[in-house]
Amino acid sequence: MPQNGKTRNMVTEIMEKFLFSKEVSSEMTIVSNKRRDVHLGDKIFYYLLKASAWSVVLLLVGMIGLILKMSWPAFAEFGIGFFFNPEWNPWTEEFGALSFIYGTVVSSLLALIFAVPVSVGVALFLNELAPTWLSKPLGFLIEMLAAIPSIVYGLWGLFVLAPFLREFVQPFLSDYFGFLPLFQGAPLGVGMLCAGVILAIMITPTIAAITREVFKAIPSSHREAALGLGATRWEMLKLAILKTGTSGIIGAVILGLGRALGETMAVTMVIGNKAVIKASLFESGQTMASILANQYAEADTDLQLAALTAVGLALFIVSLAINSLARVIVWRVEKGFKGAK
Amino acid sequence: MVRKSMDILKIFVLVIVAVFSQVGLSKDLLINGAGASFPYPLYSKWFSEYAGVKKGVKINYQSIGSGGGIRQFMRGTTDFGATDAPMKDKQLAKSKKTIFHIPTTLGAVAISYNIPGVKQSLKLTPEVIIGLFSGEITQWDDKKITQLNPGVKMPAHQNVIVAHRSDGSGTTSVFTEYLAAISSDWLKKYGKGKAIKWPTGLGGKGNEGVTGLIRNNPGAIGYVEMTYAISNKLQMAQIKNRSGEYVLPGTGSVSLAASEAKAQAPHDYRLSIVDSKAKGAYPISAFTYLLVHKQMPGQKGKEIVEFLKWAVGPGQKLASPLHYSPLPKSLIESIKKTIASIETKE
Repeated sequence: MPQNGKTRNMVTEIMEKFLFSKEVSSEMTIVSNKRRDVHLGDKIFYYLLKASAWSVVLLLVGMIGLILKMSWPAFAEFGIGFFFNPEWNPWTEEFGALSFIYGTVVSSLLALIFAVPVSVGVALFLNELAPTWLSKPLGFLIEMLAAIPSIVYGLWGLFVLAPFLREFVQPFLSDYFGFLPLFQGAPLGVGMLCAGVILAIMITPTIAAITREVFKAIPSSHREAALGLGATRWEMLKLAILKTGTSGIIGAVILGLGRALGETMAVTMVIGNKAVIKASLFESGQTMASILANQYAEADTDLQLAALTAVGLALFIVSLAINSLARVIVWRVEKGFKGAK
Repeated sequence: MVRKSMDILKIFVLVIVAVFSQVGLSKDLLINGAGASFPYPLYSKWFSEYAGVKKGVKINYQSIGSGGGIRQFMRGTTDFGATDAPMKDKQLAKSKKTIFHIPTTLGAVAISYNIPGVKQSLKLTPEVIIGLFSGEITQWDDKKITQLNPGVKMPAHQNVIVAHRSDGSGTTSVFTEYLAAISSDWLKKYGKGKAIKWPTGLGGKGNEGVTGLIRNNPGAIGYVEMTYAISNKLQMAQIKNRSGEYVLPGTGSVSLAASEAKAQAPHDYRLSIVDSKAKGAYPISAFTYLLVHKQMPGQKGKEIVEFLKWAVGPGQKLASPLHYSPLPKSLIESIKKTIASIETKE
């Protein structure tokens, strides 16, 4: 066995905690620090867990390796400039990923702008304000939204949401805020705005459900303390719930964002599918996931196939970058709390 | 408790044995194919009918799209492929074996539109079609359109919104082939193929995506696959062909487009029939093909040949009810010869 005593001790400790998590105490930790015999079953269990943890890492490395290999012809042809070229033309075989990167980032950010306030509001209301007879069925209904297949969202977006935006929302925006470059151009319904709204609806249940769990984990003594100090209800929510739960809320937002970045079918149906970068939200766009869904199956040339795989790589990089950024924010926030204490 | 779970286990084992023995017992010869999704409804009808005609042969077809169909066939994963757009010389050169394109049926692309107040079928000329899809004609009451349609009352200042396919597709390939055939300018500027960079308009995924865009946007015009347009009762435009007639898409007029088609070289049916010279022809038409190897030794090869003979023979009668256009008789004779030339001796 290459296993050394120290790690074995740690395993025992972790397992102790796992098994007796309810009555884990400082005494238990002391006991578990003493060397103990490890049973064969424990060893098998340990290696099983270790294998499953590493298999995920291996899978990730393998995927990156394969994508790199498959997309290599595109980088050989266009170099690193592939990521900074907004042009995508299968006829002239000129390919670049910039307009898709822009489309993914903007539609996901739009979705967050719409979804985060609503989700946190939903979680606050259901957990803190609503009576049980209302919060249970309402919470269930909101979580049901997550179970709707994305093609259904897409078709609903195309046949219901897009005409609604075209008839009511976009004329209003261009009448009153038309001076902003964001709301210029012909109102067509489908486009970046429509994609953002659809994505927002799709990620709201995810963010709301996790935020609710975060709020649930905050001990009620916090609330009682805040109220006891003379806080109003709003002040109590702000101090005891929102502030304490910030890192949890950010975690929920990251998960929602993950879904928005990778969402394919629903976005493809409503975004208008044009490889352009335009400031106006009324304009069509295209995301990295949607160009893959659109052109991968029928890619004619090897170069186009390689370029599409390279777009997949770009999606990988952007997701990783945004997730890392969010992780850094969570660390910062947690540090801030510790500093405050 | 234990007994109960044992019972469940027994049932489970029995079910598994039953399922596997079914698979094991059937000694059907399995032929695998994959490719184009456009002819899939007709092909699946063919395969189920053929299973009744010829016992012991099962044909399994996956409609994964033409591009994937070609790739899998080239890799040898499937016994036959299927594609709408014929393979290019460059692609064919990569294959070690000779590949035959066997035309099976004809498809067409309909131009559909949504103009408030217009219920009639519009008449369109090639020039107007180019003008609309390149974004040069921007209003429906443009003189170029109203001149062609004197009886139609066009709404004033209604903007034209072009809807096109966003996904790579044989439909786009046929439509842009037509646009490139009628305008060298179009070919130079925008090209042709399964996916191009459109000068204007909105992209919808699939026929249903384009139809959705047309239905929801007053003033929209787009192209959809003809069988889809007919079965969904979309408004379709009449298009002026080479002989100067305005023709609606339909199984008859599409078959006529191929009536003068001949193999360009022996056994080579990779023909473009867009903008056909034939009388009564609908100009945006195309063949769809099955891909087979010229050498297919063995039982499987023989069965594939038998099926192909049946498909271009009695199978053609099944096309029209599903809105597919049967192959013209003149061509069928020649295709039969090609099928007969497939070598199946071991």
